[in-house]
Amino acid sequence: MPILLIIGWEVAAIIVNNPFFLPKLETVIPVLLSPFSDILGTGSLVENALVSIERVVLGFALAAAVAIPLGIGMGRFAVLNDFFDTTIELIRPVPPLAWVPLALAWFKIGIVSIVFIIFIGAVFPILLNTVDGVRGVKNTWVEVSTTLGASERQILTKVILPGAAPTIWTGLRVGFGISWMCVVAAEILPGPTSGLGYLIMYAYNLGQINVIIAGIIVIGLIGLVVDQGFRAVEKRWFGWRGLER
Amino acid sequence: MTLELKNVSRTFVSEDNQTMEALSDISLSVENEEFICILGPSGCGKTTLLRIIAGLESASSGSITLDGAAITRPSPKMAMIFQEYSLYPWRTVEENVTLGMELRGVKKAERSAAAGKYLDLVGLSGFGKRHPHELSGGMRQRVAVARALAIEPSILLMDEPFGALDAQTRNRMQHELLRIWDKTKKTILFVTHSVDEAVFLADRIVVLTQRPGRIKEIVRIPGPHPRDRTGEEFGQIRRHLLEMIREESDPIQ
Repeated sequence: MPILLIIGWEVAAIIVNNPFFLPKLETVIPVLLSPFSDILGTGSLVENALVSIERVVLGFALAAAVAIPLGIGMGRFAVLNDFFDTTIELIRPVPPLAWVPLALAWFKIGIVSIVFIIFIGAVFPILLNTVDGVRGVKNTWVEVSTTLGASERQILTKVILPGAAPTIWTGLRVGFGISWMCVVAAEILPGPTSGLGYLIMYAYNLGQINVIIAGIIVIGLIGLVVDQGFRAVEKRWFGWRGLER
Repeated sequence: MTLELKNVSRTFVSEDNQTMEALSDISLSVENEEFICILGPSGCGKTTLLRIIAGLESASSGSITLDGAAITRPSPKMAMIFQEYSLYPWRTVEENVTLGMELRGVKKAERSAAAGKYLDLVGLSGFGKRHPHELSGGMRQRVAVARALAIEPSILLMDEPFGALDAQTRNRMQHELLRIWDKTKKTILFVTHSVDEAVFLADRIVVLTQRPGRIKEIVRIPGPHPRDRTGEEFGQIRRHLLEMIREESDPIQ
């Protein structure tokens, strides 16, 4: 499929014959092949990618640090769930980008507002999956540990966490995907002066469509690689899911 | 070891404030190394009774004492074996068996040795590194038995442990359990709704009535183990028990 896409693109590019609409493969590939050289004075592909990755990691880690403990609490205790549930369901449907104006008002232009947008995007899938995962832990598993003399703390670390881990991991995987979309979108908006989103927007302003496409390819590739990493961990550690009997 | 149940009752209160009596006035004293089956129609509260003894639930009135001390929460002197889905799928067989020791902070090497010993006892030597999903239903219940034995309790509480197994595996497991009982000298309380199983295994059968469960009769099964399932005496006791269970069963069911 990817090969067909590339061939189709090249054929279309030859037919269209307009580098400002659809550049040919041979103008995009050099950009991709020299990832360390400066592009249009904005820094190299790698530099910009690292900036984006750094922002994502910050926002994503923050989201996980909030969502996982909160989700465990909500999954375990109905009181906490009742307290937070309505609020969460009210905020959750708001698209992360709708928070941009507010983020700019609160945190001004800069890394903090971008990290905030990423946090908003990632926190809900992680939270909801954590709650689901904790609720899905079989009661018998908890009771077995109780009869074997486990303390509350041991039940949490030996039963609830490992039992919910596969579902939490799915939440992290989905959450990371959304974070990655959010960082690029947030960088395209006015304000940032670095990152892959900024790079492709800047390239657009200069009519460098080949750079835009190179940037999009890099964005896609990074997303793909990270997702494969998540899947590999899932297969290696959480292969038992669906096999419990 | 002495386990004493005195006038144990259990009442549940539903959300609309309806009270439902599940167990009523159960008194029983269990002798050391005895094999007791608790038999009754479905919904008679036999599992509730076992869970109360295990300390997983509390009685509404009455008392349960083990060696003179009241049971209010799970005691290390008792281990419970559940019907199914009780193994941790992310742990190997060995890690399942030694969980109780792990919780008590026993060192890894010691745990491994114990796992070998108990897996050997239940006939699963060499399966320590497998995961539960690689085992058959019967083998998984053997692991559950090994895990219970590994905390070295004096009483095993078994809640229809072979209920989910096919008839042949179930027969085999009953023989195995008698062998393990003979070897380890545990006291066993075994909940079942199978008359056959109860007569084959028990020294005494506690027959419960329909809800609220009371003790209808305690039947002592004479003769040594293993018993001849096709013998005449076996047949008579079975008939008597089946009769009682029929009287107690809901006619609609």
